[in-house]
Amino acid sequence: MTAHVLSDTGTLTGRSLRHILRSPDTIITTAVTPVALMLLFVYVLGGAINTGSDESYINYMLPGILLITIASGIAYTAYRLFLDMQGGIFERFQSMPIPRPSVLWAHVLTSLVANLASTAIVTGVALIMGFRTGASVADWLAVGGILILFTLALTWIAVIAGLSAKTVDGASAFSYPLIFLPFISSAFVPTGSMPAPVAWFAENQPVTSIVNTLRALFAQQPVGNDIWIALAWCAGILVAAYAAATAIYRKKIS
Amino acid sequence: MTTTKTREPAIRVQAITKSYKDLHVLRGVDFDVAAGSIFALLGSNGAGKTTLVRILSTLLKANTGTATVHGFDVSSAPGGVRKSISLTGQFAAVDEVLTGRENLVLVAKLRHLKDPGAIADDMLARFSLADAGNRRVATYSGGMRRRLDIAMSLVGNPPVVFLDEPTTGLDPQARIEVWQTVKQLAKDGTTILLTTQYLDEAEQLADRIAILHKGTIIQNGTLAELKQLLPSAKVEYVEKQPTLEDVFLALVGDTSDATISAGEESR
Repeated sequence: MTAHVLSDTGTLTGRSLRHILRSPDTIITTAVTPVALMLLFVYVLGGAINTGSDESYINYMLPGILLITIASGIAYTAYRLFLDMQGGIFERFQSMPIPRPSVLWAHVLTSLVANLASTAIVTGVALIMGFRTGASVADWLAVGGILILFTLALTWIAVIAGLSAKTVDGASAFSYPLIFLPFISSAFVPTGSMPAPVAWFAENQPVTSIVNTLRALFAQQPVGNDIWIALAWCAGILVAAYAAATAIYRKKIS
Repeated sequence: MTTTKTREPAIRVQAITKSYKDLHVLRGVDFDVAAGSIFALLGSNGAGKTTLVRILSTLLKANTGTATVHGFDVSSAPGGVRKSISLTGQFAAVDEVLTGRENLVLVAKLRHLKDPGAIADDMLARFSLADAGNRRVATYSGGMRRRLDIAMSLVGNPPVVFLDEPTTGLDPQARIEVWQTVKQLAKDGTTILLTTQYLDEAEQLADRIAILHKGTIIQNGTLAELKQLLPSAKVEYVEKQPTLEDVFLALVGDTSDATISAGEESR
């Protein structure tokens, strides 16, 4: 049975990717909100924000916008998983000789592809709006790697939500705090401008280290310790969420 | 039936119990299903039929007792069971976003069969879905969905088929189509366990009927054996009225022979 893990995961991933191709609006709506935020911050609020650097404001805020894109994109992952669980298709898969992890991994890989597509759209819009970087191929690979790790970590949280939700609303509501998190970080304004307790929270939550790392990579500055803190956060969330999700899944199917 | 008795039963259920906290859904269920036969599990809503089917199809674990399907123990060899069975649940397990053909190809691929496309086309033809094969399932009627659902279950010809209330919610014509499929399957040697709350369905299809009531099997036998449980038939003269079903089918012009004979046999 284990011999088929890869081929079955591939087959099931193909199925859910086809769902996305049939309703590309899920990708577009994922990109719309971050793009609107970008327009708002760059053309309305940005002029009044002092980032303390020479960078253009769009260069400053794109990393945070990318994280918001991913945080709103994974809501669809939870939604799709929830719909599968509701319909009979999930039970059909469970009663077939399909390796059990394949069903979840198919949703996770689909989430990865969908979110990469959304972040690519948002990055494209940012380029039109004047985002510029001298980042090398290696820098871009590092940015991509961190975004993939971040997507995987949040996706496994989405799997928890999709598996345990009782209603469609519940399946996607979990993402709201995640979307909000970048606002209380260094994503839009320097943390130094915040009151002490808020600044402390902002400094010590995962988004700030990730944003700082991405920003440094785009600006070709040294990433310092931030990259290790960012990687540790992502890896930690990934491992914890994966463990919780698989535990819930095992309980659900036994 | 005499030849199948010497073979190992295709399904053997022994002393299965299942409880949810204080709710005892199954209180010790025993029965055998002979290979190649149709076995109907009859019971009202909440009798535990679906729970039992879920246990036999490895979706749920029993608290105590053992069950084997096609020679595999459901708890110690669930992989073997899954290779041997297919499950058609109460709610059509089809992917609405995909087309009918894509659904069948998906199942054929997951069963690692050669040439999934040809298998899908064959199934579409067999279940009169060829014209609708490239349409999304979301556009299908209830009867078409159920046919596709059953077609998906039969991809790869599993030797044991579970049908959990296969005709609930179907119109009379679709119901008769399902019956014909089930009869044909049994003729080809597939073992079928079906649950139903319709007495006539069990009467029409089943070689053996077991009545599940409050978590145990209270009777298990052939239709003739079950009928003997009541006092012998009295002869009464009753004016033969067509049933509404007869009228409906005559009006909508279903001309299949099985329909007419099905109508007459049950009288």
